[in-house]
Amino acid sequence: MNSKSVPWWLTGPALLLFVLLLLVPLALTAVLSFNVFDSQTGVKAGEFTVKHYASLLTEPYYYGIFWRTFWVSALVAVICVVVGTAEAYVLSRMGNPWRSILLLVVLAPLLVSVVVRAFGWSMLLGPEGLVNDVLSMMGVAPVKLLYTPTAIVIALVHVMLPFMVIPVWTSLQKLDPDVQNAALSLQASQFSVLRRVVLPQVLPGILSGSLIVFGLSASSFAVPALLGGRRLKMVATVVYDQYLDELNWPLGAAIALTLLVVNLLVMLSYNRLIEGRYNKSLG
Amino acid sequence: MSRNGPIALCINAVVIAFMLAPLVVVCVVAFTPENTLTLPTTRLSLRWFRAVFAHPDFVQSFWNSLLLALAAATLSTLVAVPAGLAITRYRFRGRGFLNALFLSPLIIPHLVLGVALLRLFSIVGATGSFGFLILAHALIVTPYTMRLIIAAMVGFDRSTEHAALSLGATQATVFRRITLPMILPGITGGWMLAFINSFDEVTMSIFVTAPSTVTLPVRMYMYATESIDPMMAAVSALMVAVTVCVMVALDRIYGLDRILVGGK
Repeated sequence: MNSKSVPWWLTGPALLLFVLLLLVPLALTAVLSFNVFDSQTGVKAGEFTVKHYASLLTEPYYYGIFWRTFWVSALVAVICVVVGTAEAYVLSRMGNPWRSILLLVVLAPLLVSVVVRAFGWSMLLGPEGLVNDVLSMMGVAPVKLLYTPTAIVIALVHVMLPFMVIPVWTSLQKLDPDVQNAALSLQASQFSVLRRVVLPQVLPGILSGSLIVFGLSASSFAVPALLGGRRLKMVATVVYDQYLDELNWPLGAAIALTLLVVNLLVMLSYNRLIEGRYNKSLG
Repeated sequence: MSRNGPIALCINAVVIAFMLAPLVVVCVVAFTPENTLTLPTTRLSLRWFRAVFAHPDFVQSFWNSLLLALAAATLSTLVAVPAGLAITRYRFRGRGFLNALFLSPLIIPHLVLGVALLRLFSIVGATGSFGFLILAHALIVTPYTMRLIIAAMVGFDRSTEHAALSLGATQATVFRRITLPMILPGITGGWMLAFINSFDEVTMSIFVTAPSTVTLPVRMYMYATESIDPMMAAVSALMVAVTVCVMVALDRIYGLDRILVGGK
């Protein structure tokens, strides 16, 4: 065995797994998304069409769902940026042991199944849930929350917040407290230290966090499925319907792959933009 | 270091309450003696936990999930250790591509993986096969095992290995007696993170499980869309309990903050 082939032998089993269960299935699905579908006979293997992709652009039902998914994910990302950054900053200024304990409380829900968390929110936001109980105690008329976009946004923020806190926290750890102290000793106000010293340095963390949050929100399934009900669809729940109710696999595949491509494009162009800004600001 | 003002502490309290609210509610409602999803006001009852254990579908799905997570985490670790070794120890063409490929399930939506695997399974006639389900789960948890194994191998002092080699130990002995013990915390940490991620996974599994291989989160999803009773809360509380157990073990072996935040 010559030394050049050693790394390939070592990565072989993992590579085999990834080729057979990732690359091949993705290629098969890409082909499937161009297959002709007939509601009587099903998928026609040898016949190809771009009709499924065309209907995503022309039928208001489908592009409406893409649009809803986009703004819900963007809104979740914005809320996570504001809340997650503030929370990470406040936590980073606390003393131990509270700092470690509370950080764990914020991040640990990440390890609990999303079905459990979505179910928890459906109990809180339901017509007889705790949120409405509290509102009625304060004399406010009950609000319909469950099966509205508000419910989806609230639960998604809960699911995504750890993904925002982690990168911001990591970049906050790299801050040199002496720089802040220097600014303070030079009569800078607390606010301008935040704005001109802290914020620029944690910006990369905020941006990468918001990308992850946006991407994961756009493709989330359990939250819109359990909190959006039958009527309020998002991309993932529509794909599910096409596959398991309508049995129109080619259309479902076209929607799923469009989601994948749009997601990757948003991430790449956003990255490009940020890198450009940074290179410029570094001269 | 400057201290937090009252406003900052209020924000903190609200965020903490927000993060805990759905989990606490689930766990409290699980003990209700009533027939509806209400907070127990008069007394606590275990009736819904008993109902879960008497429900054959939930019991079956629990065993499916447990077996699946054990097998997928183990398989993923077995392929990730040599691959991680190759990526950290060798410079070869395609190394960057392989590294990106092995981490890609983190950025490819599980929904897309689900429909892609469903296509593969239906072509090769593997729908309902537990073996293929294990392979699918091994795929999605490999980024976690890979990341921790690579982290363990990067922060690794190789002088002990060189010493052993110069004293006449074979490559195999060095790996077994020196390399493996030193990266063991990374391997077990990665295994556990893989276990919990496989145990919790729902979006991909919903596409690729058949009635006989339904996992617990998928069963819960199906149950929640059909009926609303406190049994769902009881299963959720049990899921939270399993997660807490794994978290405690992870913290002992690897350090939970290191897993969640990264760091050294």
